[in-house]
Amino acid sequence: MKVLVPVKRVIDYNVKVRVKADGSGVDLANVKMSMNPFDEIAVEEAIRLKEAGKADEIVAVSIGVKQSQETLRTALAMGADRAILVVAADDVHTDIEPLAVAKILAKIVEEEQPGLVLCGKQAIDNDMNATGQMVSALLGWSQATFASKLDIEGDAATVTREVDGGLQTIKVKMPAIVTVDLRLNEPRYASLPNIMKAKKKPMDEKTAADYGVDVSPRLEVVKTSEPAERAAGIKVGSVDELVAKLKEAGAV
Amino acid sequence: MAVLLLAEVNDGELALDATAKAVAAAKSLGDVTALCVGATAAAAAEAAAKIDGVSKVLCAEDAGLGHRLAEATAALIVSLAGDYEHIVAPATTDAKNILPRVAALLDVMVLTDVSGVVDGATFERPIYAGNAIQTVKSSDATKVISFRTSTFDAAGEQAAAPVETISATENPGLSEWVEDKVAASDRPELTSAGVVVSGGRGVGSEENFAMIEALADKLGAAVGASRAAVDSGFAPNDWQVGQTGKVVAPELYIAIGISGAIQHLAGMKDSKVIVAINKDEEAPIFQVADFGLVADLFDAVPELTEKLG
Ligand SMILES: Cc1cc2nc3c(=O)[nH]c(=O)nc-3n(C[C@H](O)[C@H](O)[C@H](O)COP(=O)(O)OP(=O)(O)OC[C@H]3O[C@@H](n4cnc5c(N)ncnc54)[C@H](O)[C@@H]3O)c2cc1C
Ligand SMILES: Nc1ncnc2c1ncn2[C@@H]1O[C@H](COP(=O)(O)O)[C@@H](O)[C@H]1O
Repeated sequence: MKVLVPVKRVIDYNVKVRVKADGSGVDLANVKMSMNPFDEIAVEEAIRLKEAGKADEIVAVSIGVKQSQETLRTALAMGADRAILVVAADDVHTDIEPLAVAKILAKIVEEEQPGLVLCGKQAIDNDMNATGQMVSALLGWSQATFASKLDIEGDAATVTREVDGGLQTIKVKMPAIVTVDLRLNEPRYASLPNIMKAKKKPMDEKTAADYGVDVSPRLEVVKTSEPAERAAGIKVGSVDELVAKLKEAGAV
Repeated sequence: MAVLLLAEVNDGELALDATAKAVAAAKSLGDVTALCVGATAAAAAEAAAKIDGVSKVLCAEDAGLGHRLAEATAALIVSLAGDYEHIVAPATTDAKNILPRVAALLDVMVLTDVSGVVDGATFERPIYAGNAIQTVKSSDATKVISFRTSTFDAAGEQAAAPVETISATENPGLSEWVEDKVAASDRPELTSAGVVVSGGRGVGSEENFAMIEALADKLGAAVGASRAAVDSGFAPNDWQVGQTGKVVAPELYIAIGISGAIQHLAGMKDSKVIVAINKDEEAPIFQVADFGLVADLFDAVPELTEKLG
């Protein structure tokens, strides 16, 4: 079985985000970028499936600016076999919407015929949580979102999902789209020899036009602003003082 | 202009708070028709009919719609979509599972976790773990939206609106339910509680979490946790507060042994009063806390529990 893993280049999760003064967006020039953390979990899961003999090839895909090839190299260094870069923007500030990403991914799925697509549950930049569900809809495949456990047996996958009430386990028909949650696994670091080897692994370069997908946004960004700031608080010296302050504030 | 609102129905029961908050958010967009879906949904439909602002309820009961599986529910919503300009839901895990699927089938974008309504096409949503608020204008014919419940006050009650029974569409049969692991609790639900007491990695173990729970019970509070506490097995996944967990905005939020990473702040910084107890006076959580106590939690929490009430 072939596994397709879409990986997104996003601002590193440790970077403090700054809104541009003119309200046009978030400043992404010269900030550290990394693979979306959920996508690292997806790549790791694909590698584990391969190690368990349940997958034979892992294809990583990234859609966005040319620099996304760095993200793909990381996936290759972790253990993906080959990569597809779909250049769909020139400016690092352009975010391709989940609907357009999903349409491109659906086309790639038709070409590549994987048995499984492993997406992250959410990109930590736009916080959309939508792409996997959309790919699944476009393909008419089953979907299992927010996975914390994945078991593939023959033509079905048993997936435990993290939901508001706790955990839900479902069984989906393969081929399937699974979106991964934080506790599915702990991703490995790429070793130095594997980083070197990854440089020789194949990476195809395509454009959105190659797939005939119009990536123009459906949502026009009117403005981007800073969230309301909280007024500075105080430190209290003891539990007694804390209780007194809480009573004064009417909070207890 | 009409709005179709997917009510939150869990095993036949309406999640009133989440649904009523979404109704409040949706009211200004047009006449709200609430859709209640499930293996059983009649009781939920009756309850939804009494939410102020709901003008009609559609009730679809079918075994194939049980357990809120995305494919069947999305297919039903798409079959109804022609009559509505907005398709909305509270931003629960169910809605996040279902609505993007609906949007893609309608060839429109989805707007997730919307925190503000500017007009019928323009909405605000937090991005980058709430470090920026984006105002976006949709050019799509149908707007598919999930509303972040923590930013809207629940709609009140009204005399019951009419309920109409509808039938399910054909079930694509792509997935089946196996089991739910839901912990029963007498505590209030995390996203609707007036007080939340959360523990982090500093709490140290699952056994020690009993201390957090004792304080919560004293205050009639819900219990939350940081990702580190959940990852370490101190607390169940559905207690996680944050960017990728639940978003809460209670009257009082007490963070204990939590450092205050941006991903955690994303889920609680809109709380009215924030208390932080942490032994590290440099912990970033103190930057958002109204009242910060630099102390060892193993001393401070039992003392606080004793002195409250
Ligand atoms: C993609 C992604 C998504 C994430 N989503 C979330 C999310 O939704 N929610 C979330 O919470 N995190 C999330 N995180 C994780 C986040 O970045 C932090 O790692 C996490 O919030 C840290 O949890 P913590 O504060 O409990 O642990 P730590 O950062 O380890 O802090 C523990 C704190 O306890 C204090 N402490 C220790 N012992 C004591 C004691 N005896 N008395 C008093 N204080 C003590 C320490 O001083 C310290 O400040 C996410 C991360 C990523 C990459
Ligand atoms: N531009 C992209 N390139 C590759 N994968 C993407 C892209 N955007 C989203 N994805 C995938 O979809 C998941 C969810 O993203 P989102 O719907 O934007 O929150 C991510 O974790 C990735 O797996």
